[in-house]
Amino acid sequence: MAFKLKSRSVLPGFGLTLGLTLTYLSLVVLIPLAALFLKTATIPWDRLWLMISEPRVVASYKLTFGASLVAAAVSALLGFIIAWTLVRYRFPGRRIIDAIIDMPFALPTAVSGIALTALLSKNGWIGRYLEPLGIKAAFSPLGITIALVFIGLPFVVRTLQPALEELDGEAEEAAASLGASRFTTFVRVIFPSILPALLTGFALAFARAIGEYGSVVFIAGNMPMKTEITSLLIVTKLEQFDIAAASALAVVMLLASFAVLLAINVLQWRIAKRYRGVM
Amino acid sequence: MSATLTDKRRAVRDPHWLRGLMIGGTLLAAGLLLLLPLAVIFIEAFRDGWRGYLESFNDPYAWQAIRLTIIAAAVAVPLNLVFGLVASWAIAKFDFFGKSFLISLIDLPFAVSPVISGLVYVLMFGLQGWLGPWLSANNLQIIFAAPGIILATVFVTFPFVARELIPLMQEQGSEEEQAALSLGASGWQTFWRVTLPNVKWALLYGVILCNARAMGEFGAVAVVSGHIRGKTNTLPLHIELLYNEYNSRAAFAMASLLALLGVATLAVKTIIEWRLRQVQLASLEPSTVEPS
Repeated sequence: MAFKLKSRSVLPGFGLTLGLTLTYLSLVVLIPLAALFLKTATIPWDRLWLMISEPRVVASYKLTFGASLVAAAVSALLGFIIAWTLVRYRFPGRRIIDAIIDMPFALPTAVSGIALTALLSKNGWIGRYLEPLGIKAAFSPLGITIALVFIGLPFVVRTLQPALEELDGEAEEAAASLGASRFTTFVRVIFPSILPALLTGFALAFARAIGEYGSVVFIAGNMPMKTEITSLLIVTKLEQFDIAAASALAVVMLLASFAVLLAINVLQWRIAKRYRGVM
Repeated sequence: MSATLTDKRRAVRDPHWLRGLMIGGTLLAAGLLLLLPLAVIFIEAFRDGWRGYLESFNDPYAWQAIRLTIIAAAVAVPLNLVFGLVASWAIAKFDFFGKSFLISLIDLPFAVSPVISGLVYVLMFGLQGWLGPWLSANNLQIIFAAPGIILATVFVTFPFVARELIPLMQEQGSEEEQAALSLGASGWQTFWRVTLPNVKWALLYGVILCNARAMGEFGAVAVVSGHIRGKTNTLPLHIELLYNEYNSRAAFAMASLLALLGVATLAVKTIIEWRLRQVQLASLEPSTVEPS
C-alpha cells in the first residue's frame, strides 16, 4: 500500500464519474485524434515528405507562420497598451472597453471575417482611405495579419491584466525613492515582472493564429502561393478528395501548435521554479 | 511628511502626456479593431432599412440553416454540460494518479485548429474513413449530414463547461459535501443541494460560452458539412454561401443574428463576472475590516 492510485474519500461516485469522463473523452476527442495520426502513419515516408514539402505547401507555411508571428507581436504591443490603461488609469468608458475586449471571442469567426473584409476592401470604410496611399489591405498578407491581430488581442490583454493588477507598487516606489526615473523603473522593475505574462499572451495568440480559419479566409483572397494559409490548403486538399495530403498537413500544423503550447508550459514551470527558489 | 508622500506618489504615476497617449491608443485600438467591425455588420444589414433587413429573412434556406444551428447547439451544449459536471466531480472531489494529465487532455480541443477538428471526423466516418465502409453498407451517413455537424460542434465546445467548473470546485474542496453526507444525505441529494448551488454561476458562465461557440462554429462544420443548401448548412455556413454569391445584404442580416448573440453573451458574461467579484469581496470583507 505504499503507492495508491487513489486516496481514500468518503464521497461517492468516483468510479462512475471517472469512468464516464474517460469514455466520453476517448470517444469524442482521443480516438478521432488518434485516427488522424494513424492515417498519416500509413503514408510511406517518401510520399509523406513530398506532401508536406511541395512549393505551394511551403508557401502556405511561410505565410501562416509569418503572419501569425507578426500578428502576435502586434497583439502583444497593443495588448500591453490596453491592459496597462485598463489597470492603471481611471477614465470614462473604462468598464465598457474592458467588457468589449472579448468581442473577438464572442463573435463567430465567419462573422468577424466578413465584417473585417467589408471594412478593409477598397470600397470599405477603412480600405478606401488606404487605397490612395497604395496600401492594399484586403486580399493581401496585410489583411490576413489584421484579422489575426483581431483574434489574438484578447489573449494578450486577458493574460496581462492579472499580472499588472498584482504589481503592488511598492517595488516601484522603492525604485523611485532610490532615484530611478519612471523610464528606468519601467524597464528594470515593471517589465521583468510582467514579461512571463506577456510571453504567455504572445504564445497563446500565436498558437490560435496558426490554426485560425474563419476570420481569415474571407479577407485572404486565397491565391495559391500568395495568400493561401495552411488551414485553407487542408480544406482544398479535402475537397479534391486527397485525404492523405490533408491529414499530413494537419499533423504538421497540430505538432506546431502543440510545440507552442508546450513552450508556454515549460516557461511557466521554469518561472514557478525560480519563484520557489527565491522563497 | 506629506511632501515626501506626494513625491512618492508622483514617482509611481505616469506623466500626463503618457497617460493621454495610452488612453488615446486604447480608445483608438478598441474603436477601430473591436467596435467598427461590429458596427459594420448592422449597417450593412440595414443598408435598405428595416424592410430590406426583414426581406433578407424571406428565404427558406436561411430558416433551415437557423434550425440546424439550433439543433447542433441543443445537442452539444447539454452533452458537454453533463460531461463538465461529471468530469469536475471526479477531478475536484477525489485525488488520483494522472489527474493533471487528464485536465490537459480535456483542454486538448482548444489546441486543435477548427479545420482539423472537422477533419478528424472525416477520417473516422467519411467514405474513405475507418468506419466509412461499414456505415455505407448499413446505409448510415454521418459526414455531409447533420450527425457530422453535431459531432464537430460537440468536439469544438468540449472543454467549455469543464474548464470553468474544475478550478472552482477544486478551490471549494469537499468539506461541505462531507458534512452533508455525514448528516445522512444521499450522494444525489448532496450533489443537487450542496455542490450544484455552489457552482451555479460558473456553470452558467461555461454554458453561455459553450452555446456561443456552438452556434458560431465555422471551420470545423465547414469541413464535415458538404455545403448542401437547405440540408447541411448551419447559419455561419449559410452566411459564407450568401457572401460568396455577392448577396452581401442578406449575409450581413444573418451575421447580425450571430452578432446579437455574441453581444448578449458578452453582456451576460460581464454581469456574471461582476457578481462573482461581489461574492468574492463579500467573503473577504471580515478580514479586511479587522480592528487594528
